[in-house]
Amino acid sequence: MTIEDDGARHCAQMLAVARHADQAAFAALFAHYAPRLKAFLMKSGATAAQAEDCAQDVMAIVWRKAGQFDPARASVATWIFTIARNRRIDLLRRDRRPEPEDLPWGPEPEPDQADALALQQDSQRLGEALAQLPEEQRTLIERAYFGDLSHSEIAEATGLPLGTIKSRIRLALEKLRQRLS
Amino acid sequence: MIRHHLSDALLTGYAAGTLPEAFSLLVATHVSLCDECRARLAALDAVGGALLDRQEAVPMAEGALTATLARISGTRPEARPMSRPQPGLFPEPLRAYVGGDAEAVRWRPVGGGVRQAILPTASGASARLLYIPAGTAVPDHGHHGTELTLVLQGAFRDETDRFARGDVETADEALEHTPIAEAGDPCICLAVTDAPLRFNGLIPRMLQPFLKI
Repeated sequence: MTIEDDGARHCAQMLAVARHADQAAFAALFAHYAPRLKAFLMKSGATAAQAEDCAQDVMAIVWRKAGQFDPARASVATWIFTIARNRRIDLLRRDRRPEPEDLPWGPEPEPDQADALALQQDSQRLGEALAQLPEEQRTLIERAYFGDLSHSEIAEATGLPLGTIKSRIRLALEKLRQRLS
Repeated sequence: MIRHHLSDALLTGYAAGTLPEAFSLLVATHVSLCDECRARLAALDAVGGALLDRQEAVPMAEGALTATLARISGTRPEARPMSRPQPGLFPEPLRAYVGGDAEAVRWRPVGGGVRQAILPTASGASARLLYIPAGTAVPDHGHHGTELTLVLQGAFRDETDRFARGDVETADEALEHTPIAEAGDPCICLAVTDAPLRFNGLIPRMLQPFLKI
């Protein structure tokens, strides 16, 4: 099973949770993501017990907010990452986390299949590019995302092909704006 | 048309969740106004997603799934909330700190017609709104650390360029500047800094303790 297949399967499972409150699909997502969330949170400075609790919290939020997952704008991994990041801020820093204003959602609930597929493929390529970075550079990026670097220590994210996925999302935003105007 | 955007380093810090609260407020407010930076941020979030996906799994405690299923049992995922863009000057993240739009700001005069309102954020950096009457100059000043200024209404110019609604000016130690508000509407900005401002003129320096910045 390749990561690409995994990405498509997780996407289908996420949509099954959102549309049908599908507990079996949720259990499958839990099996994949909860142990990875726990690992991620432990690397971010949480104890094993905190990471365990927090990973369960994050998965409960994944269930509750499933309707907000948009496969044309994020992979399942990315969407779950953003939830985990925000929970980590609550847990370790207790700061408020201001979020951008939500985009105006239209009444149209079906994401464009082609857009969603293209975004999932871009996400996969980004993951591969990340894995192929020189060790030193990859470690630096990991440290930044594990909260191990202060904001003033974080350098520009160079060497990652972010332009492709950025352009894809930019187009999705333009389409959304056009539909609403 | 927004011409001055957030740096990659700042957006990466926001994606990683490591910015001080005041900086996060400015980033969230700018991204609310700027689809270009919203897309850049989504790309940086995708880096976080890729890192998460490639973690070595650490086994969850026995019964973790059962416990989580028990928490969600009997509930259904919430429907996607319908949201509409709010009319007004301040995007939603800023409204949450002000308690409303521009008319809810509790301004304090700081001299020369300039007014400010300090917003409550966690220590490590501070956030304030600035109100600069058209044609007025903010005293010549330099910076310790980093200062970001996001224009919400009107426009200002300084030695480097012109900044209008949505534009962000990033000032560091190297920049000494005298921003002047353009003719027209008063210039309203959100300014955040991780260090106190220092003014070069004698009187502004005496005022500084009262500015609480």
